[in-house]
Amino acid sequence: MSGSTLGLYRPGTTVLHRLPAGVKLGGLLAAGVGSIWTRDPLTTSALLAVGVTGLAVARVPAGVVLRQLRPLLVLAAVLAIFHVVVSGPERAYVVVGVLLALVLLATVVTLTTRTTALVDVVVRVAGPLRHVGLDVERLGLLLALGVRSVPVVIGLAEEVRDAQRARGLAASPTAFAVPLVVRSLRHADRVGEALAARGLDD
Amino acid sequence: MLIEVDDVTHVYDDGGRGRTVLEDLTLRADEHRIGVVGANGSGKSTFARLLNGLVLPTAGAVRVDGLDTADDGRAVRRRVGFCFTDPDAQIVMPTVREDVAFGLRRRGLTRDEVDERVDAMLEEHGLSAHADHPAHLLSGGQKQLLALASVLVTGPDLLVMDEPTTLLDLRNAARVAETVARLPLQVVLVTHHLDLLAGFDRVLVFDEGRLVHDGAPDAAVGHYRALMAALP
Repeated sequence: MSGSTLGLYRPGTTVLHRLPAGVKLGGLLAAGVGSIWTRDPLTTSALLAVGVTGLAVARVPAGVVLRQLRPLLVLAAVLAIFHVVVSGPERAYVVVGVLLALVLLATVVTLTTRTTALVDVVVRVAGPLRHVGLDVERLGLLLALGVRSVPVVIGLAEEVRDAQRARGLAASPTAFAVPLVVRSLRHADRVGEALAARGLDD
Repeated sequence: MLIEVDDVTHVYDDGGRGRTVLEDLTLRADEHRIGVVGANGSGKSTFARLLNGLVLPTAGAVRVDGLDTADDGRAVRRRVGFCFTDPDAQIVMPTVREDVAFGLRRRGLTRDEVDERVDAMLEEHGLSAHADHPAHLLSGGQKQLLALASVLVTGPDLLVMDEPTTLLDLRNAARVAETVARLPLQVVLVTHHLDLLAGFDRVLVFDEGRLVHDGAPDAAVGHYRALMAALP
């Protein structure tokens, strides 16, 4: 199975662990919105410092942070090169720095908050939408299931890829995509059945 | 609890054609331990799903403790827990603790009561050390124990298990079997692992959608082996 860190809440008693999920999500949202207007390296450095301090306060090991950042590094490198060439090194620092800072902040939030606490916030915020017919609890469950499904689908993809290699079909995208979609749909069917058995609609 | 199956037939829609998977099944069962065996496609999994209303009979009726699965599905599901073959499909929340707590939502419990019940269940199944771990990082045996804990935390009176050890190695299968053997509640176990049926009160043998033998474990397993040996 995959070594994905998605949904990897790290239990702890730090001040960030104890902070209500709504406050953390609100802070992340504010940083995201604020980043749109970030133009100078000083603000970018401040944002990065907040992210790094957050990780330190939450006592997140460096290895975990690096695992979170690894998928982003290629994108960050491409962005940096592009902006150095097109708009100069200062702009490159701001763009890549803001991106990294937001990922660090998101990492702080996900590693210090249980998924159910995050989902509860979404359900609370979406509460008024009940009046227009939205089942907000179903929306929350959808989010939790989404998080839970990522490692499962990654695991299915690894199995399909192994089977593909064993049969000498390593370069065939169709031979990869078709069984992956079929198996994912079959998994979704079984999850649906399990949810019914656990009284989702009761 | 008394399980009553009255003249039940179930037909699946198979691309426009009907495929009969259970035919004219009638039985009464209130034993503590009931085993179900049969070849793949014999109808045993459909039988298991009938017991908590996951599948409704095309004809006939299924009642559990006097409640009709078609009319009282909600009440039936509160009394009948169901454990599937693949725990990955049954675990719906990202972490171990969250998954066990999932079944307790909408039960009118306070957060402290939920935590208390979840902690007790995790302790009982040897999962306390993994409480806040992502469920997908557990071993196969631990996942099946988590799936079991997530069902048992709701306090069902009857547990239906559909091949819970099929995907497990011998050690994990034995661990799950030991856990099930200790359960005080009534159990219906569908399995291919015939050794798990030792000590059961009653074993049902299904073949091609029909109940072909119903009796004590030794005789039923003997009948099943003879049935399989006779296949071309």
